[in-house]
Amino acid sequence: MHFFPEEASTFARHVDGLYLFLILVTAFFSLLIGTLVVAFAIRFHRKSENEVAQDVHESGVLEIVWTVIPFGLTMVMFFWGASVYFRITRPPGTALDIYVTAKQWMWKLQHTDGHREMNELHIPIGQPVRLTMASEDVIHSFYVPAFRFKRDVVPGRFSVAWFEATKPGKYHLFCAEYCGTRHSNMIGWVYAMTPADYQAWLAGGAPGETLAASGAKRFVENACNTCHGDQPGARGPSLTGLFGRRVQLASGQTIVADESYIRESIVNPQAKLVAGYPPIMPTFQGLISEEGLLQLVAYVKSLSPAPAAGAAAPAPVPAPTPERKASRP
Amino acid sequence: MSTLPQTIPESRRPKNYLNAAYGVRSWLLTIDHKRIAILYLIGVTFFFALGGLAAALIRLELLTPAGDVFQAETYNKIFTTHGVMMVFFFMIPGIPGVLGNFLIPLMIGAKDVAFPRLNLLSWYLYIIGGLTALWAVIHGGVDTGWTFYTPYSTVYSNGWVVVTAVGIFIAGFSSILTGLNFLVTIHTMRAPGMTWLRMPLFCWGMYATAIIQILGTPVIAITLLLVGAERLFHLGIFDPAQGGDPVLFQHLFWFYSHPAVYIMILPAMAVISELVTAFSRKPIFGYKFIAGSSIAIAVLSFLVWGHHMFVSGQSVYAGLVFSILSFLVAIPSAIKVFNWTATLYKGSVSYQTPLLYALGFIGLFTFGGLTGLMLATLGLDIHVHDTYFIVAHFHYIMVGGTIMAYLGGLHYWWPKISGKLYPEYWSRVSAWVIFIGFNLTFFPQFIVGYLGMPRRYHAYPEEFQVLNVMSTAGASILGIGYLIPAVYFFWSMRYGKDAADNPWGATGLEWETPSPPPTENFPETPIVSGKPYDYLTGRDEVAVG
Amino acid sequence: MADAHAAAGSPPELRHHFTDLAAQREASSLGMWIFLVTEVLFFGGMFLAYAIYRETHRAAFEGASNLLDLKLGATNTVVLIVSSLTMALAVWASQQGRKNLITIFLLLTMALGTVFLGIKYLEYKQKFEHHEVPGPHFVVPLNEETHQPLPRQSEMFFSLYFCMTGLHAAHMIIGLGLLTWLLIKTRRNEFSVRYNTPVDMVGLYWHFVDIIWIFLFPLLYLLGRHTL
Repeated sequence: MHFFPEEASTFARHVDGLYLFLILVTAFFSLLIGTLVVAFAIRFHRKSENEVAQDVHESGVLEIVWTVIPFGLTMVMFFWGASVYFRITRPPGTALDIYVTAKQWMWKLQHTDGHREMNELHIPIGQPVRLTMASEDVIHSFYVPAFRFKRDVVPGRFSVAWFEATKPGKYHLFCAEYCGTRHSNMIGWVYAMTPADYQAWLAGGAPGETLAASGAKRFVENACNTCHGDQPGARGPSLTGLFGRRVQLASGQTIVADESYIRESIVNPQAKLVAGYPPIMPTFQGLISEEGLLQLVAYVKSLSPAPAAGAAAPAPVPAPTPERKASRP
Repeated sequence: MSTLPQTIPESRRPKNYLNAAYGVRSWLLTIDHKRIAILYLIGVTFFFALGGLAAALIRLELLTPAGDVFQAETYNKIFTTHGVMMVFFFMIPGIPGVLGNFLIPLMIGAKDVAFPRLNLLSWYLYIIGGLTALWAVIHGGVDTGWTFYTPYSTVYSNGWVVVTAVGIFIAGFSSILTGLNFLVTIHTMRAPGMTWLRMPLFCWGMYATAIIQILGTPVIAITLLLVGAERLFHLGIFDPAQGGDPVLFQHLFWFYSHPAVYIMILPAMAVISELVTAFSRKPIFGYKFIAGSSIAIAVLSFLVWGHHMFVSGQSVYAGLVFSILSFLVAIPSAIKVFNWTATLYKGSVSYQTPLLYALGFIGLFTFGGLTGLMLATLGLDIHVHDTYFIVAHFHYIMVGGTIMAYLGGLHYWWPKISGKLYPEYWSRVSAWVIFIGFNLTFFPQFIVGYLGMPRRYHAYPEEFQVLNVMSTAGASILGIGYLIPAVYFFWSMRYGKDAADNPWGATGLEWETPSPPPTENFPETPIVSGKPYDYLTGRDEVAVG
Repeated sequence: MADAHAAAGSPPELRHHFTDLAAQREASSLGMWIFLVTEVLFFGGMFLAYAIYRETHRAAFEGASNLLDLKLGATNTVVLIVSSLTMALAVWASQQGRKNLITIFLLLTMALGTVFLGIKYLEYKQKFEHHEVPGPHFVVPLNEETHQPLPRQSEMFFSLYFCMTGLHAAHMIIGLGLLTWLLIKTRRNEFSVRYNTPVDMVGLYWHFVDIIWIFLFPLLYLLGRHTL
């Protein structure tokens, strides 16, 4: 009988190590208390009806001791747990990007080169994989027990998380947030492959249109290019080279243009208005599907050169000159 | 403290709250807190049976990996019914409604609670809420899970979400009014001489519970109202399609529902404090620390709700804050466990059934609580969140903890409540059956959860079957264990031996009244002097049951 | 039943489980304050949602807020504050057992409360006519200054507006019911120097409902106001 799933990712053994420590602490204290109460119950079993207990003086010292020791232990657990947590959540530099759309009751996974998979994911071992996930409807959760990886996919936002597989194999993929009737059927497999096998898999099977190419089509369909087309006097900021760069906002803040920023600016344009531009962009909330939003983000990303690992973010784009007042009355 | 002969004919029994008046009206319009407690006992037992039936159906389905007993949607409705019935109509009202109502006035030397008519209203609200939720179940059920996550519950579910939400909302007001009543009663109606530090620890526990009921329940009330409004009027408060945030729902929901689990455990701990001291016949070790821990738990419980949302997309920093606070809230519980253990040391320990339940509680609550620390540990929770590991953890606390304490308390105070003794042999048998059945049901769930079996799954991969079969076997045993007391408590009301005023030789004002007590509790208001749990100061006689 | 009170000819208002009227009054007062705390948390959930969404959808909320009728809102604020005054005067009169004075002040409070609800009705009616009610008939309103459509999330503002003011109005209606109950008790000569607890307690409730409005009004109507 197995007690642990396979350890197939870089952080799996750290999670299991932490778990073992916690099992030991749990077992120790449970046995300690269990043994003590049983032992006391037996040792001090009432012998006669009129028996009187012995007077035991309360002890402030004892109270402090058994407060401080658990406090110390819990702090050890907290820090260890936090360090494993940082290991899990700190994003890697370069990673293989996979775009996931969750919908009742299936997983759609897209590689940037256009490979599309349904309820299955083929990835190479030894390379970080970053999942950018969106939900078309309700909250889902992408869970791969063998990787000790789980992340809720919440509608209305992108959920980004990563893992790195270490062992080739076929691993369960489960939806772990109750999402309706066929929640238990929203399952599949993650195939971790050696780099050679992965290349072979990529080569076989005709990929469809790349994500970025689909995004380019949507960009035109939704008339985004009429304002963001880089033409002189364009009403909207240029998107070329935007991804990964710092942007100065009208509020005075400076943020980095990542996937979430781009998505938000499509559905809620006034939330992070770029400095020097009027608030005239209409909202596309409800007008573009989550999958469509992923494609547009991939398209915008493709307009920037891929960042070298460890490169610093380039200097912020200077805000355009202020005569860009509202061009409409 | 008098000893009565074995059985007295009904016609010659002294007037007590049970025989003071007969007839359905005298019960349904009562304002006597003791009768209201009995009304609650009937209500919670009924809803427990419904929730238990749902549990049996769940375990039946999970015997085999395929979803071959029920259709998926039906199964989803069954686990939702199990959660809703158990949480809102058994666990939350249970110990406060039954034992709290019966005992608090007696323990503090009062004639009744501060607002007796409000108390009766509480019961009616509870019943109306429960029947409303039951109506929803009968007419097709709701399939959102007891947690009602949006936008599934507000936009996509086809079940009776609004009706169920209304039922819970109404029952929530019952909980608020009960808490309000207990707070005011304990503040203003203690007998002369009963200072705060002479009050039984049961009352301290109920006081801390009442704080949570008052501050937490209104938040779930408004959240459910908003869910209902969103569903009925297509508002977009939690719907991302209209700019709403599903995670905001989670924050509002868990802001109540985490403290709610302390509404479920604090009364249980309150009972254990009484049982441990009575059956060691020794003052409780660390009275002030146990009292203080109860208040600390009530306060800290409001600061940890985010530990239900570590994978929802909260910031890393929010995760850190909620994690460290969740560790802190465990410390007062640990303090209590150590103090109870120390109370047994050099005591005069008697193995009656209430003590068996108390010992079972201490062991199972310790183990279950430690698994809670595992969940507070950020790195680990990511893997086990939304799996059977979580299910196992909370059942260890709620069933291994609260229900055992409830049964222990019911057995301990049964002579006072009914004037009868339950059969000791069968009560010990059922305590063991429950203990064994419980562990067999829920321990395998820790294992299958870590292996990756998600919760709320109708069908599962084959490799999880062996552990599920063990769990179902345990559940059958546990079910039998619960049936036995149901039978003999009923039996004892007619055929049980009459109880003395103080069959356990325990301290406490409730034991200085006849069994069962008269309607007004105390003909003369008692005057209290001396320490609580005064077992060792020159007591030369001990009543024999 | 050995009830010492009945034997001693105690006041009729004294309930059997209290030792004396002072204890009863203390308990009633503590009970009502605790209840008001629950009401703070009850409304609090919506205030929280409003604060969060105001921040994330600033332009939409500010634009929609400017569409509310400030004159009606301000009038209602004055109406409620005056009604708290008349309620306080009713409590004062009840402390002296002055039946007709209590009646007058209760009636004035009820009248003012009814005026509040009437004005609220007018506001809601306006919203229906302008298609500003969330749901299938909602039409995104135009910004008052630029005449451009507001962002879509303005519907969220109105959702919260109706929920918050609607819940407040429900509390006002309950308050009117409580005042009617007090009126009946007053006409039955139940209040005196010795006993006026119900008036006192309903007074607390009424002031609380007023205070909720005093928070609602600036948050909904005044923040970020461009136009009068």
